Amino acid sequence: MHPLLLPGTLASLEVGKHLYWHLGNLKIHGQVFITSWVVIGILLVAALLGTRNPQRIPKGWQNFMEYVLEFLRQLVRGQLGEKEYRAWLPFVGTLFLFIFACNWSGILVPWKLIELPEGELAASTNDINTTAALALLTSLAYFYAGLSRKGLGYFSGYLYPTPIMLPFKIIEDFTKPLSLSFRLFGNILADELVVGVLVLLVPLFVPLPLMILGLFLSAIQALIFATLATTYIAEALEDHGHEEAHN
Amino acid sequence: MDSLTSAASVLAAALAVGLAAIGPGIGQGSAAGQAVEGIARQPEAEGKIRGTLLLSLAFMEALTIYGLVVALVLLFANPFAG
Repeated sequence: MHPLLLPGTLASLEVGKHLYWHLGNLKIHGQVFITSWVVIGILLVAALLGTRNPQRIPKGWQNFMEYVLEFLRQLVRGQLGEKEYRAWLPFVGTLFLFIFACNWSGILVPWKLIELPEGELAASTNDINTTAALALLTSLAYFYAGLSRKGLGYFSGYLYPTPIMLPFKIIEDFTKPLSLSFRLFGNILADELVVGVLVLLVPLFVPLPLMILGLFLSAIQALIFATLATTYIAEALEDHGHEEAHN
Repeated sequence: MDSLTSAASVLAAALAVGLAAIGPGIGQGSAAGQAVEGIARQPEAEGKIRGTLLLSLAFMEALTIYGLVVALVLLFANPFAG
């Protein structure tokens, strides 16, 4: 553990340095909690403002929030179909909004101006623990989807199309959360590192285009996470062969 | 961390991210080429093609990012640093 410290500059790239809080025997990364709470607060306020005084003809903020909901609904309905999507929209929508707000807060909110005794504030998705937790939640969700739909018969889907696929399907259950968490974590951390290094070289104006690219990429990453979560759930829900093919 | 371990770690980090960039580079190139071909053949489908292209480019990018994660682990959280 020896972070690359660049003293005397705006950007100290403190990878692997954390503000530890002690909770019993657990050591938790405080800076992740602070930024997540801020993001959760922003999302709550946005949702409350949008629904506090709903109008039949939406205006202003309510209109925007309805547009967001419409977008998420389209994302989920496209893969789960008209019959299923309602049950899973809240889960996938929450994932998308939380990841999206976390990613953008890392770029748009000037966290680095707030001094911490150790470590530094950044997007909370640039900590592997956050993304691993989100990915494991996705795993739980699709197992729940499969098991609640088909009972233990869900596991017979592992033998579909041929039993030879069984080991691969089991391995897939482990690689799904692994790749989900690494993809998000790596992309966000890489964005922040690139911007940090550029700020170190040229502090003014030059990093701006890359930050805009970062906004774009982190939005795409949130979309990918949500899309993949929906795909996995849809995969767990679908019937194999012997029943009637619907949709 | 002794000097041999750190030298090997730095070299391994460079190799990890460098080699991981080759495959996705080729893949992204061919995907973008095919997309341009598709748009040239059917310009009205540009919106759909662009969306799909961006999504699949991000998937390929993830492979390089795995290499980058390995490199970052080697540089910042090296498990072999005694």
